[in-house]
Amino acid sequence: MAGIKSLEELQKIRAKAQQGMDLRKAGDEEYIKLMVGMATCGIAAGARDTFNTLLEEIEKRNIKNVYLVQVGCMGYCHDEPTVQVNKPGEPPVLYGNINKEKAIEIIDKHVEKGELLQDLIISKSFDRA
Amino acid sequence: MAENLKEQEKNDLEKPLPKEKYEELEDYIDSLPSLEGRLIQILHKAQQIFGYLPRDVQLFVARRLGISGAKVNGVITFYSYFTQKPRGEHTISICTGTACFVKGVGKIIEALEHELDTSIGSTTEDMKFTLKDVRCVGACGLAPLIVVDDKVYGRVKPEEVEQILAEYR
Amino acid sequence: MKQYRLHMLVCAGTACESQESKDIIKNLEAELKEKGYEKEVQVVKTGCFGFCEKGPIIKVHPDHVFYVEVKPKDVKEIVEEHVIKGRVVERLLYEEPALEKKITEQEKMSFYKKQLRLALRNCGFINPEDIKEYIAEDGYLALGRAIKEMTPEEVIETIKESGLRGRGGGGFPTGYKWELTYRNKNDLKFIICNADEGDPGAFMDRSILEGDPHSVLEAMAIAGYAIGAEKGYIYIRAEYPLAIHRLNIAIEQAREYGLLGENIFDSDFNFDIELKYGAGAFVCGEETALLNSVEGGRGEPNAKPPFPAESGLWDKPTCVNNVETFANIPQILLKGPKWFNSIGTENSKGTKVFALAGKVNNVGLVEVPMGISLREIIYDIGGGIRDNKKFKAVQTGGPSGGCIPEKYLDTHIDYQTLQEVGSMMGSGGMIVMDEDDCMVNISKFYIEFTEDESCGKCTPCRIGNKRLSEILTRITYGKGTEEDLENLKDLGEMVKDGSLCGLGQSSPNPILSTLRFFEDEYKEHVLNKNCPSGVCNMGKKKKPAAKKKQ
Repeated sequence: MAGIKSLEELQKIRAKAQQGMDLRKAGDEEYIKLMVGMATCGIAAGARDTFNTLLEEIEKRNIKNVYLVQVGCMGYCHDEPTVQVNKPGEPPVLYGNINKEKAIEIIDKHVEKGELLQDLIISKSFDRA
Repeated sequence: MAENLKEQEKNDLEKPLPKEKYEELEDYIDSLPSLEGRLIQILHKAQQIFGYLPRDVQLFVARRLGISGAKVNGVITFYSYFTQKPRGEHTISICTGTACFVKGVGKIIEALEHELDTSIGSTTEDMKFTLKDVRCVGACGLAPLIVVDDKVYGRVKPEEVEQILAEYR
Repeated sequence: MKQYRLHMLVCAGTACESQESKDIIKNLEAELKEKGYEKEVQVVKTGCFGFCEKGPIIKVHPDHVFYVEVKPKDVKEIVEEHVIKGRVVERLLYEEPALEKKITEQEKMSFYKKQLRLALRNCGFINPEDIKEYIAEDGYLALGRAIKEMTPEEVIETIKESGLRGRGGGGFPTGYKWELTYRNKNDLKFIICNADEGDPGAFMDRSILEGDPHSVLEAMAIAGYAIGAEKGYIYIRAEYPLAIHRLNIAIEQAREYGLLGENIFDSDFNFDIELKYGAGAFVCGEETALLNSVEGGRGEPNAKPPFPAESGLWDKPTCVNNVETFANIPQILLKGPKWFNSIGTENSKGTKVFALAGKVNNVGLVEVPMGISLREIIYDIGGGIRDNKKFKAVQTGGPSGGCIPEKYLDTHIDYQTLQEVGSMMGSGGMIVMDEDDCMVNISKFYIEFTEDESCGKCTPCRIGNKRLSEILTRITYGKGTEEDLENLKDLGEMVKDGSLCGLGQSSPNPILSTLRFFEDEYKEHVLNKNCPSGVCNMGKKKKPAAKKKQ
């Protein structure tokens, strides 16, 4: 490649490289945390599809302040796959029965616009699952 | 001392070093952009090619760089990394850094010397093992440790020495 | 860059690599591939996490899970449990001894809590073999700003104002060193990075070079711009193959991105770096000896002055800085001298990396702000003394430093306070000793080291250290007299005063400091022919000394 000639060029490479590393940076405070229950039961219920859909959407929409975590069983086996959304300063919201379409909806409404998906909520409290 | 030298010289004469190796060294020297300040670098390469730096190789390098053999020998004897004696098939390096020292590497050295019937800095008669001490390897979490060729054995106990050697015998 | 769901950071520092972290990476990649997860999980080879005691280490992001003492055979379980099922593998977590509780996250471990990682900021976080990851962490931004927005004088002024001092041992103010070299006008000048880390028990510089090589390259280029040099050399021990390998990759990548070479950032500033290998001589850490060695000769020191800043490599003005010193530079330019200045004590700014080893629970690499107490390092970070033994002394500064007894454990360390208690900052080795260690034997260990490493150029060092070693050998074999203790002291002072370079000037320190703080132990050896720790073989037959070198 041709050498870097200016600070702007360096910044461009920097911005691009940072995207791939945001994941390692994520602290608990400023970030919205999406947790997908991915124990054996969750995965059997399709949590991997849900997870990968969320990942694709985050990437596609270039959302910066979200990080996606897989977590263990949350105990709501009857409502798998489950996704919990922790927004800073708000009580965590746990959604059940999240398939691909609903995963997109979570990103669209809750993460981006701040609207809760009332029909899908299993629990909403500060006592995290 | 003088007799030793004669003896060594005789050995060197009896077993001339392979020509291809000299050529490899020659090619390396030719590939360098300049020769100024490169003596140590060339000696590193020479030791990598020949395994050690016998008198003939020292003189070869001296001639090639247009400096005296004494200067080359002076540099080789100054640095512990260079050796004028052939090494055994396996080199056992014992870390003698402080962390290994306080964790009892002395007992490991005794065990190795006893087991191989040789002392640090020497090679066994069958040319199988060379025993040497090295300064800190920098893996102090594993102290005391020894390195056989490239493999590190950490937290070694004296009674394990025999077993480690058995892997290479 | 591609997005991954999980990043698994595997430590590939020397200590972990010698414990098969290579196989772990191999198994991990194979296992992920077999299970079809290679597109979702990124395996990253990083530099040293510092927690060598419990290596090899795997850190999983974004979960922040921190696995310790991982074996290649554990990989299958980690993939099956953590990656596939999302369950943390409990048995591989770190257990805090004091709490008897398993801890999942790195930040919550007391080993990391009191640390402040500036020089090590990228170690264990980025892949050292990928320049892009360094750039993502603001890499080369400081170089760009220096060239584009600052004059050389301003760069020097910034470093001066920050109060940064040399981390290799001497503690000379870095900014002044740059200024001296800058003032000496010459068409040719050199920047040299001293990576000849020779102290036994010290591995700070190696870890930085292995974990974050670009930070050193960038800083060298900044120094080159500031003092007006176009050529840099890194003088590195041939015994550090992994660091050499990573440096070569880093230099190659920096050239490819135009960050080394000609017309950097489209300016008329040119700078390139070449590696020079050491060949195993401790004295080459001394800067004039190092310069002789870079020139290809015997690494013997010269008398100063002239200082390298006036007449160094090939008689040209030369600036020699240590690895850790360089690693601080880019951050100082980015965050400003005031930020750096606010960390540390009155006369010592910033942080210092220590290689904590010996009889302490958590052996590892730690970076702490100047002014922290020895007690905090040994007990809070280091987890206290192994096997519940009693603390006896802590040795800092390697063969040039001294042993500090318990009563000074609350000393707040900086360049000055350590000197006041008879030791020195040195390059950062820190060896903890317990009641089983004999202080006479320890000082014998160090003096044998310097005796062996003395280059022989000046008499006080060549012969003085030999005599010191003979006296100590006598004492440890039960043949010592009270007069010997006097002789040790007198001769020690003489060697300090009369030697040519820093090696001889500091080599008696381990003896003098142990004589000062543990005189009773020496007396017990000479008067009662008894070694209280039972280490020395008093009165037993002397074994033939093992021959050193050839």
